[in-house]
Amino acid sequence: MSTAHGHDHDHQAVPSDLTLRVKALESLLTEKGLVDPAALDALIDKYEHKVGPRNGARVVARAWVDPVYKQRLLTDATAAIAELGYGGAQGEHMVVVENTPQVHNLIVCTLCSCYPWSVLGLPPVWYKSAPYRSRAVIDPRGVLREFGLELADETEVRVWDSTAELRYLVLPERPAGSEKLDETALAGLVSRDSMIGVAKVASPSRGASA
Amino acid sequence: MNSVHDMGGMHGMGPVEREPNEPVFHAPWEGRTFALNLAAGAWRKWSLDAFRYQGELLPPSDYLRMSYYQKWFSALAERLIESGLVTRAEVESGKPAPGSVRATPPLTADKVHAMLRSGALASRDVAVAPRFHAGQPVRTRNINPTGHTRLPRYARDKQGTIHRDHGVYVFPDTSAHSLGENPQHVYSVRFAARELWGDQASPRDAVYIDLWDDYLDAA
Repeated sequence: MSTAHGHDHDHQAVPSDLTLRVKALESLLTEKGLVDPAALDALIDKYEHKVGPRNGARVVARAWVDPVYKQRLLTDATAAIAELGYGGAQGEHMVVVENTPQVHNLIVCTLCSCYPWSVLGLPPVWYKSAPYRSRAVIDPRGVLREFGLELADETEVRVWDSTAELRYLVLPERPAGSEKLDETALAGLVSRDSMIGVAKVASPSRGASA
Repeated sequence: MNSVHDMGGMHGMGPVEREPNEPVFHAPWEGRTFALNLAAGAWRKWSLDAFRYQGELLPPSDYLRMSYYQKWFSALAERLIESGLVTRAEVESGKPAPGSVRATPPLTADKVHAMLRSGALASRDVAVAPRFHAGQPVRTRNINPTGHTRLPRYARDKQGTIHRDHGVYVFPDTSAHSLGENPQHVYSVRFAARELWGDQASPRDAVYIDLWDDYLDAA
């Protein structure tokens, strides 16, 4: 379905003085020596430019080309992901769940916004939104349908509610038509949404999914 | 606490709205709020559990109305005041109280990379015996604490099966209230969708929830 819509997102419906209030708090904390503004710049730069779904895509591509790595990934995801250089904040305790023709996995955090930052970056607004959090557990197939993914009745849907400090990543199925691609090209096919479980990875002939 | 943050299974929230080419932050204040939280968190005056609970304390109407980082800003200000790092008067005026001593920030720019690389482990390397093992049927307790908990309402008094033992972790229900870490095993527990939602759910589907020993009884 189309994702374009004209009305305001909830993140835009904020008081106009919020910019000023955040500036005032930053200024206060800086003046009191409680925070270093340069550290704030570095944190923002990290999540705007360095940490994101490309990390997770590399993990997925490696698992697709290396069955032994894939086994390690499914057994001890934290260690296997660290082999590629990813870990730390909100990726300290990782679990990877594998999609197969019989099983489709979907990740949610119904209680707040838990998400594997180290491999996917910060979550999109929809992942943190009330509609997704409320519905993913009771109506996963309906949610997936809104994302354009219709699953067969025979498919088993497993929803993973991130209630503890474990962070989940879906290992999507390798698409048909990707047999000749190398690891780098494969990583280029893997979308963020496929690693949350709200999409499949599109065949290279049809172009990468959103 | 049984508030609106615990929204798994609720109706009426509408369709999932996606935004094409969504930026990481929608305005500079969002990025600053995000970063302020991590930088102020480096003082280790509050746990992640306490921060989550602070957000849950928002009145339900505010929780649903406010944007994500607006809620973070609100929770951060409250934690800063409660921890004694700042006073409410300072937050309201934006100025340090006269004569206040200047501190040295624990997180400087040169330490950001290392801090994010190491993260913060919630697991604890202590010998605590597991009460359950993989394959064992369990029933979740019917608890309704007014404090912080990570046992969602939709999964209380439900029967499931231990799928996997994740090891020993800090217990949020006590950690959030500075009542100790109370480390105990966390398990991935599989619940048939029909156990949670009745016959309207697909007979094949399941929800896996990570649950602490203190949420479970043998079934």
